[in-house]
Amino acid sequence: MKTDVLIAGVGGQGQVLASRLIGAAAILEGYAVRTGETIGMSQRGGSVVSHVRIGGESLAATVPFGQADLLIGFELCEAVRNLKRLSKKGRLIVNTQRINPVTVSLGMEQYDAGAMEETLKRAAQDAIFLDGYSLAREAGSVKAVNVVLLGTAVGAGYLPLSRESFLQAIRDILPQKLHDLNFAAFDKGYELGNRAVEDKTAQIK
Amino acid sequence: MKQLMLGNEAIARGVYEAGAKVASAYPGTPSTEITEYIAEYDEIYSEWAPNEKVALEVAIGASVGGARATCAMKHVGLNVAADPLFTAAYTGVNGGLVIFVADDPGMHSSQNEQDTRLIARAAKVPVLEPSDSQECKDFTRKAFEISEQFDTPIIVRLTTRVAHSQGLVELGEREDIPLKPYAKDPGKYVMMPAMARKRHVVVEERLEKLTEYSNETPLNHIEWGDRKIGVITSGIAYQYAKEAFGNASFLKLGMVYPLPEKLIREFAAGVETIYVIEELEPFIEDHCLKMGIPVKGKALLPLIGEYNANLIRERILGQKAEKLNNIEEEVPVRPPVMCPGCPHRGLFYVLKKLKLTVTGDIGCYTLGTLAPLESMDTCVCMGASVGMAHGMEKAMGRDAARKTVAVIGDSTFIHSGITGLIGIVYNKGTSTVVILDNSITGMTGHQHNPTTGFTIKGEPTRQVDLVKLCQAVGVDRVRVCDPFDLETLEKVIKEEVAADEPSVVIAQRPCALLKHVKFNGALRIDREKCTRCKMCMRLGCPAIVDRGTHVEVNPALCVGCDLCTKVCRFNAFERVGGDHA
Repeated sequence: MKTDVLIAGVGGQGQVLASRLIGAAAILEGYAVRTGETIGMSQRGGSVVSHVRIGGESLAATVPFGQADLLIGFELCEAVRNLKRLSKKGRLIVNTQRINPVTVSLGMEQYDAGAMEETLKRAAQDAIFLDGYSLAREAGSVKAVNVVLLGTAVGAGYLPLSRESFLQAIRDILPQKLHDLNFAAFDKGYELGNRAVEDKTAQIK
Repeated sequence: MKQLMLGNEAIARGVYEAGAKVASAYPGTPSTEITEYIAEYDEIYSEWAPNEKVALEVAIGASVGGARATCAMKHVGLNVAADPLFTAAYTGVNGGLVIFVADDPGMHSSQNEQDTRLIARAAKVPVLEPSDSQECKDFTRKAFEISEQFDTPIIVRLTTRVAHSQGLVELGEREDIPLKPYAKDPGKYVMMPAMARKRHVVVEERLEKLTEYSNETPLNHIEWGDRKIGVITSGIAYQYAKEAFGNASFLKLGMVYPLPEKLIREFAAGVETIYVIEELEPFIEDHCLKMGIPVKGKALLPLIGEYNANLIRERILGQKAEKLNNIEEEVPVRPPVMCPGCPHRGLFYVLKKLKLTVTGDIGCYTLGTLAPLESMDTCVCMGASVGMAHGMEKAMGRDAARKTVAVIGDSTFIHSGITGLIGIVYNKGTSTVVILDNSITGMTGHQHNPTTGFTIKGEPTRQVDLVKLCQAVGVDRVRVCDPFDLETLEKVIKEEVAADEPSVVIAQRPCALLKHVKFNGALRIDREKCTRCKMCMRLGCPAIVDRGTHVEVNPALCVGCDLCTKVCRFNAFERVGGDHA
């Protein structure tokens, strides 16, 4: 069982922690895992991508083009930017919050959110769009948006890992004072992912 | 027990397990975390050095003193440390001496794309190159053994994708390596011509022995598969090639200098077509061609940038990736920007307003090149801003110096700006140098440096006094100023640029990301007062957004630094919650 995951967002959204949590959960379930991170200059408000490769042989740290099984977009246009790595059968989870690049703030470029959502919907049959920030705020802090999105992926069955493994990974990696916040954030996302897939199944029936 | 570790973290673990005692480094992406993780082991003495040259000299000293010693740097750091490296190759070592150098193919965070293997060959120093985190740890331990066995410094070369990717690592115990006795030996450690001539002979003999070792060591090994295609590769390129070729035959090189000629011949004889897959320079390829082995490499694959499995499949196997969702043109580019609250923003706003020529340097403030601040004219290497401003004055005359400033960060100034400033004073220059003192090394992720007053372990230490330092080298005009006090800053810079003698302006304000920096909370724009003159947009603050019909503040990004209130002539900014800013 090999699963290639991409996490795309803007520097400061907690991608590195998200990839560490996926990695830790995968190890708990006995999978080999490899990740590739963006650290450095581009972190200053730039585009950030984490590659997480679960299972399979020893692999390169980056997911090849057209091969990702799951793309988690922490931000709308960053999801679109990384679609080229998504496989034709790949699935999508997208946080609909938009963070304007400075080029857009300055009026040098356009940010056409509507067109981007359409592009994303065309690219993947299984796509869940959610307002991750609101859920994170409900859980106690907008900073937990990364964990909300992981919860959604697991709840929807898009990641081959269990809720219990993630809760354990949170316990193992984060300081204790952050456990309850992140459990709550994970479950907010988990319930939404669960529901989204149920609704979809109901629609098809 | 297996643990998920960054390549850099695994290097630190290897240093720990190898029983090393001393580590010195200057931060530089993608090498920084090596030393940060080493600092977590109390068994190893660790420090931030003022620059890479000092770091390597400290490590050489520790090695001569009998300890296993190490230093880490990015590829361009090795240029700074090249002087001690080339001669340490002659002296050899006492305790094992391992130098970690992280190259940055694709230039994620660098000013050039140089290949460390070429420098290592020029310095006649062996090189190991790991492919993943486990090898990072294992090769580090091996490197200390090789260093001691062959009496040589050794380089472990990383690239960004190895340094910054996580993989599983099997942990081991720390070896108990006692300090080797130190014995005075001028023939080995004093490189005067008479001694150095003898040592050069030793270096050449050592390289021959290392080539033999390279043939025998399991670091270099053949993985026989389908014999139609043979791939010679190393480092991260091995992973890409494995993924692209699957069941081909591989000669995996863990030791890339000196190369194992016997093993290469054996491999070549066993396969039909041989490809060399290596990022950047044709280092292995050229060597194979020199040996008369017809390999293919750079004729098919680029000299520039990073590789990936798709690229190899396409260029060598002719397999195009499935129709890609190629829609990047729809997406706005997202360049890195100075953070909200960044102290540098005030300085660049003023420099742009004054239309000065700005020789720049390496750090977060290099982002002052980008729109809308667009102030910086040059950026070459650490410390270059100071020397370049002086050179421009000497070429273009004193009037040019009235319109030019050098801009350099506190840590970069200590690294190699101070020598340039001494040059200005000594050579009767009149340049103005602005030191951006934000109390930390920012771009690499908040490391302490001699101007912060704390060590790598966070312990208080003697702090370099920048004012006294500049005065001591002969600069009489040293002014300290808050870069958010735009009016005063503008006045000070005008006066210092006009002065017919060297001057230093220290723009002092801590990095907005430092924990102790507190602002007053987000602002918003009163739309009735805002005339949409867009003066505030000229600050290039990511929190201020042009919505077309109006300008607004993104409350999630705004920290409340209040710089915008100082450029707004209509008092349109107010504190969320009511208090007028």
